[in-house]
Amino acid sequence: MRKVYQEISQIAGNVITVQATGVGNQELASVEAPGFSSLAQVIRIEGDNVTMQVFSGTRGVPTDAEVRFIGHEAQTPFSDDLLGRVFTGGGVPRDRGPALDEDLIPIVGPPVNPARRVIPRTMIRTGIPMIDVFNSLVESQKLPIFSVAGEPYNELLARIALNAEVDLIVLGGMGLKYDDYLFFRETLEEAGALSRAILYVHTAADPVVECLLVPDTCLAVAEKFALGGKRVLVLLTDMTNFADALKEVAVTMEQIPSTRGYPGDLYSQLAARYEKAVDFEGAGSVTVLAVTTMPGDDVTHPIPDNTGYITEGQFYLRNGRIEPFGSLSRLKQQVNARTRDDHRTIMNTMIQLYAGFRESQEKQSMGFRMSAWDDKLLKYGELFETRMMDLAVNIPLEEALDLGWWILAECFAPQETGIPTALVERFWPAEAGARGVETLAEAAPAE
Amino acid sequence: MSLRAGRVKGVSGNLVTVEFDEAVSQNEVAYVRLGDLRLIAEVIRVRGRYADMQVFESTAGIRVGDAVEFIGELLSVELGPGLLSRVFDGLQNPLNVIAERHGFFLPRGEQTEALPRDQVWEFAPRAAAGDRVLAGDTLGVVAEGIFEHRVMAPFGLAGVAEVAEVAAAGEYTITDRIAVLRDASGEELDVAMLQRWPVKRPIRCYAERLRPTDQLVTKMRILDTFFPVAKGGTYCVPGPFGAGKTVLQQLVSRHADVDVVVIAACGERAGEVVETLREFPVLTDPRTGRSLMERTVIICNTSSMPVAAREASVYTAVTIAEYYRQMGLHVLLLADSTSRWAQALREMSGRLEEIPGEEAFPAYLESVIAAFYERAGAVRLNDGTVGTVTIGGTVSPAGGDFEEPVTQSTLKVVGAFHGLSRQRSDARRYPAIDPLESWSKYGSIVPDGELALARHVLSKGHEVQEMMKVVEEEGTAMADFVVYLKAEYLDAVYLQQDAFDPVDGASSSERQRHVFSLIARILGADMAFQDKDAARSYFQTLTQATRDWNRAAMEEDSFAAAQARIEAMLSEVSSDA
Repeated sequence: MRKVYQEISQIAGNVITVQATGVGNQELASVEAPGFSSLAQVIRIEGDNVTMQVFSGTRGVPTDAEVRFIGHEAQTPFSDDLLGRVFTGGGVPRDRGPALDEDLIPIVGPPVNPARRVIPRTMIRTGIPMIDVFNSLVESQKLPIFSVAGEPYNELLARIALNAEVDLIVLGGMGLKYDDYLFFRETLEEAGALSRAILYVHTAADPVVECLLVPDTCLAVAEKFALGGKRVLVLLTDMTNFADALKEVAVTMEQIPSTRGYPGDLYSQLAARYEKAVDFEGAGSVTVLAVTTMPGDDVTHPIPDNTGYITEGQFYLRNGRIEPFGSLSRLKQQVNARTRDDHRTIMNTMIQLYAGFRESQEKQSMGFRMSAWDDKLLKYGELFETRMMDLAVNIPLEEALDLGWWILAECFAPQETGIPTALVERFWPAEAGARGVETLAEAAPAE
Repeated sequence: MSLRAGRVKGVSGNLVTVEFDEAVSQNEVAYVRLGDLRLIAEVIRVRGRYADMQVFESTAGIRVGDAVEFIGELLSVELGPGLLSRVFDGLQNPLNVIAERHGFFLPRGEQTEALPRDQVWEFAPRAAAGDRVLAGDTLGVVAEGIFEHRVMAPFGLAGVAEVAEVAAAGEYTITDRIAVLRDASGEELDVAMLQRWPVKRPIRCYAERLRPTDQLVTKMRILDTFFPVAKGGTYCVPGPFGAGKTVLQQLVSRHADVDVVVIAACGERAGEVVETLREFPVLTDPRTGRSLMERTVIICNTSSMPVAAREASVYTAVTIAEYYRQMGLHVLLLADSTSRWAQALREMSGRLEEIPGEEAFPAYLESVIAAFYERAGAVRLNDGTVGTVTIGGTVSPAGGDFEEPVTQSTLKVVGAFHGLSRQRSDARRYPAIDPLESWSKYGSIVPDGELALARHVLSKGHEVQEMMKVVEEEGTAMADFVVYLKAEYLDAVYLQQDAFDPVDGASSSERQRHVFSLIARILGADMAFQDKDAARSYFQTLTQATRDWNRAAMEEDSFAAAQARIEAMLSEVSSDA
């Protein structure tokens, strides 16, 4: 029989303190009172004073609530039965399915030995040209999507989830709007992808501390599947809510804040999660895509700033498109030499010309006279934006490369693009002109 | 020393408060017992009968009352032959050995001997019975890869000792006795190849410190010509994320003209370390023709590994660097990134509830950073040979803002500043070192006059460029416009360097001097053009020709041909050529 403590000496924010002995750091406890039930985790011990964060918040907690220490750290069930299910951050079913309480695994495991990591080599195709062609996603990569509120980042995640060639999708929602949660569930269901997905959802209405469990739970489950040989894609939305939850707990704990109220260990906390992305030699892999909404579209805000130092590149989502400038996949060089011979050339040429388009556009808006070259660039930019950058475009890499050639051919003469002659001879469309582009444009959405 | 006991009284994050009975020392190492595990920790503050200790591993599960053993030693590393080509964590556990034992993960409480005890080394004595030696003097040598690894009198030896006995030439393991020393009081001391040294204490077994004057050639033009680093000097590389700090460090680690490179990957991405780990063994060191790994030691405490061990990792690295310096070698220590280490200090300071300084960094941040960089230096050893430790640290300033405390504290103590700029990296001008903001206090490989001219062109060109944003090209005087084009030319053909090109990627100092003298002539020439379009197109062609020149190996005919073409182009437009 475990000892029951019934005297909470302090309640502040979501943190309570009880007098107890024999308690381990980070151990879980149950806090029960009439009409109240929650788990709590030990975050500080000073002599007999044990301080815990209460996952479902402290609203309504009486000082004589029954506190029982469970004797282990946070755990989550793991089995193939997880597939197709929806849980809270704490692993409690959110759907009507049965509760799972066997085969528990700890949600915080040891780090991977760098000596056993391998250089990533496999591209994950997403069907989105702005990713596949220009900033390829690579297995075991960790990439954030930097976005302002209001951009369709959840739609983008859902698109990637449906298209990505992976065995398993683990979705972690943090502070997700209920509508967005339903959107994810329905989208996966309609596409028949729910059976290879596991959802851990903390909605905006749920207690803040529970949000902290979501990334750990997702990544622990993903890691376990990866060790079993599965290629897992973890989608996290939105890490800004996670960081804000960290801030809330840190402030309650009276920790000295560093920048803009965030705790000094924000970098380490984020890195501990993102670094779970890994390719296990001889087994599966974990790839992490995470949304980071940038408060005030400010990339120097502590959350995107720390994230950028951790992750292997970033996608900027702006005006409903993945911005070609600023977006970067640091691992693309590992894969895009082995896709098709023209991949790198198309990637570089189209971006350089697009930079020219932006300059011409700027000149145009300032009322400067447009040269013939400017007109070409303006036409090119327009075609590039509607036929390729639009997020609705969903075509395989090879078709996207062909589309790139057609767009170039419709706007420029080969020598104007600076593409090496050998590649022009091989790939430049023979009947360059509007006709070809129109045919291909059918693959693109109707405007 | 004896083991002394203590008991855990409190836990908060990585900080454990321990009650002790007998005396403890500041920075003493202790183990917290957690079941069968022994978690390593270090005393960082003492208050009455309580010691605050930072635990170098996760503190999950530690309870009040858990036993603690103080071992009476400061945090130390093992020094001896066999360090080269190895990969350690911040506490010098060999990661490959752990991988063999435990697979994919790093378990808690793992303490593994850093150096293999069963490997034998071919020892040749250099001292004889009756010789008088000081700490750090050579007793014998073993061959470690391409180096003659000196087996030295213990660094902690006080005063002059007499060699009582030296082992005969032959094979020994690192723990075998290879000499006996008799100190002034007549006490005898057994010496093995292996010795331990506390990481936070600099090794000072040398005759004198010298001013760093010899250049450390990195084969990167912008560094060697414009912002050089001397052997024994220090430099820092601050830059926002994505500006290429790590790539720059990797390039330097490949090409730098030193004997040994120690890489401290401190709190950064694991993937980047993996690239070094997997690529170095197959890359050839152009100086020796052997694998690059043979001259490299990697200390790796990536961002997912325990935070408190980040601090240990930079000290472990610098201690190993100093050890090889004691052999009269030139050592380069690359720390990436010192900001992560500073953040670890900040975390711990917060837990200790110290009064915070700027951005919550502790008030002692500056002195800690200064003391670390001061461990670089050129020294003359007791036997007259010179050894150096050069330290290059990256800094990851929050928001890319160089005004933040870590960058500013670092700038006060280093000899060169290589500031990376987001604008340059966005414009794909690599290496993205800002030529106007960066500086160096060390001497360049090119003549001062040529360098001053180039700097003048760069800053004047920048002024003109800024002005042109307002008055447009038409409103700019022809002479100014040419300066602007010259600055762009210098940038395009000299400051920028294509790391992927086998020739352009590594430019020897001889080549840099040769190329730069012609470029200086171009920059200094009076040029006349009909109009601005003619000037622009002239410089475009010249840029193309010079880039071709950069890609031609010096001994090839195409090198001379490209040079001749550039010289011909110069005489077309200038009166003095």
